[in-house]
Amino acid sequence: MRHLFSAVAAACLAALLAFLLLPVAAVLIRVPPGSAWWGEVALDALRVTLLTSLVANLVFLLLGTPAAYLVATRRFRGRALVVTLLEVPLVLPPAVAGIGLLVAFGRAGILGGELSALGLEIPFTRLAVVLAVVFVAAPLYVRQAVAAFEAVDAEVLAAARTLGAGPFRVFRRVALPMAAGGLAAGWALAFARGIGEFGATIIFAGSLQGVTQTLPLAIYAQFEQDLDTALAIGGLLIAFSLLLLFTAKMVPGWTRLRSTSTSTSRAGTSA
Amino acid sequence: MDPAALDVDLDLPRRHIRLSVRLRLAPGTLAVVGPSGSGKSSLLRAVAGLERPAGGRIALGDEVWFDARARVDLPPERRGVGMVFQDYALFPHMSVLENVAFAGRRDAPGLLERLGIAHLAGARPAGLSGGERQRVAIARALARRPRVLLLDEPMAALDAHTRAGVREELGRLLAGLGLPALLVSHDFDDAAALAGRVLVLVDGRVVQEGSPGDLVSRPADPFVASLTGANLLRGVARPGPDGLTLVALEAGGEVLSTDPGQGPVGVVVQPSEVTLARGPVDDSAVNRLPGPVLAVQRLGNRTRVTVGPVRADITSRSADQMGIREGEPAVAVFKATATRLVPLPGATRPA
Repeated sequence: MRHLFSAVAAACLAALLAFLLLPVAAVLIRVPPGSAWWGEVALDALRVTLLTSLVANLVFLLLGTPAAYLVATRRFRGRALVVTLLEVPLVLPPAVAGIGLLVAFGRAGILGGELSALGLEIPFTRLAVVLAVVFVAAPLYVRQAVAAFEAVDAEVLAAARTLGAGPFRVFRRVALPMAAGGLAAGWALAFARGIGEFGATIIFAGSLQGVTQTLPLAIYAQFEQDLDTALAIGGLLIAFSLLLLFTAKMVPGWTRLRSTSTSTSRAGTSA
Repeated sequence: MDPAALDVDLDLPRRHIRLSVRLRLAPGTLAVVGPSGSGKSSLLRAVAGLERPAGGRIALGDEVWFDARARVDLPPERRGVGMVFQDYALFPHMSVLENVAFAGRRDAPGLLERLGIAHLAGARPAGLSGGERQRVAIARALARRPRVLLLDEPMAALDAHTRAGVREELGRLLAGLGLPALLVSHDFDDAAALAGRVLVLVDGRVVQEGSPGDLVSRPADPFVASLTGANLLRGVARPGPDGLTLVALEAGGEVLSTDPGQGPVGVVVQPSEVTLARGPVDDSAVNRLPGPVLAVQRLGNRTRVTVGPVRADITSRSADQMGIREGEPAVAVFKATATRLVPLPGATRPA
């Protein structure tokens, strides 16, 4: 019986892997050779994607890192609720996120009046792309960042305080470097999620070539008229995603090797 | 700068206990000993500013670090403490030199030299032995030029075989610093070896404070007695012959003591004060408790023998000569002058 079950489980695994990897492989096989496809549409989309991602990543790294540190190192009333609320966008369908952004920041939205007064017109601009990416990617990063900061030994932070370091210096010189591996992993995942963002962007920012059309939107725009370009962009995105995925997997291992807590026994034998 | 004395008077409610301690720490080492959960680490953390007491006052000389009434509460970075954490809490991402230089002192290399770890300057903490880590932690704490040194279980993270040597070095170092040092330990032997004074903390309250010798020879209560490794036998005391006190033991037998006592008492006798005999004993004012030899534990040149309820430390040589073996009868012998009586908790003291 046990052998049979093991065989069935192995078959399940094989079927699942095949199903998950076949589309990826299919895109890579069908990517046209050469660079004939590297037309204006793809180049524009690449430019928009890189630019908006760069800004969006800066925004969620700069906001998310201190926020995650606070949540991870302080015990306060309502902390569990705050953690849960930060994860709401993760379970929200992207289309709902897009609608939500539109009615929050759009001309007729909740903040529409204030933004108009400032001369800010957000929907269907690059700024809208940035906001959509931040909205879907930031929670992913913050969740990982909280875990990374929670893994830092509170005693080490306390030690830094007793050595004369104020809260900011403790954060910069001790917490940040010690959590760097986990932060990088979280950033890689959030980066990948942001690059692939589609649903919220198309609703909130539209798909204007050279303005708001990112790589995923370009695939959608191209696949009926120019499958080769769509496939080529798909290949590019696959390569990029795999790179980020492996980065996310590799980095935490690197930091774990350098922490003291796990190496007590090793140090004992080498002494 | 003249080393100032640290005055601590604090009240800190914890989950199960209420830490209530008042102490004055002059230059020299004071060990706080107690079972886990007695609040001894909280005491250190409160002095360092890592835990906030509910009430009281902490001051170094005339510099107030904490005063509940005056609403003074300096953050840890503004108190002149150097703290050595239980697991040393070294910065894993920094070299030994960077760890020590974190406090921003230029004399970090000199400190490494002084602690004999100059050759480890470039190493990461993960690659160090327990004793080396301890020295890095001490060097790091000293780099701040602290005016009080706090050590939280500095020996706990060490292997048994390196303990003795490290303890001796630490003792020499502490003696040479001339700083007020507050050391927390659950081990009386460590405390006695490192500190001139020992404060016993149980359930957040100070049970006894004195020199290690005082605690051994004059334990305030059964807990202190067992902490020092003494035998503790329960019994009922009444006046005996020649002005001595006679105690009828719960386990059977009677012993005499030069201590006064009446009613339920604990009889305390150090294992080193107990000798063994195999046959009848012909000595005047001594206590004899016959019993089977329950355990024989050889510790190098001395041997710990358990006879009935009494542990005796004798030289391994005399254990050999007497042919002490488990299961055979023997007699534990100790003087009435080495027999201490302590009140038992819960027992009502007669007026």
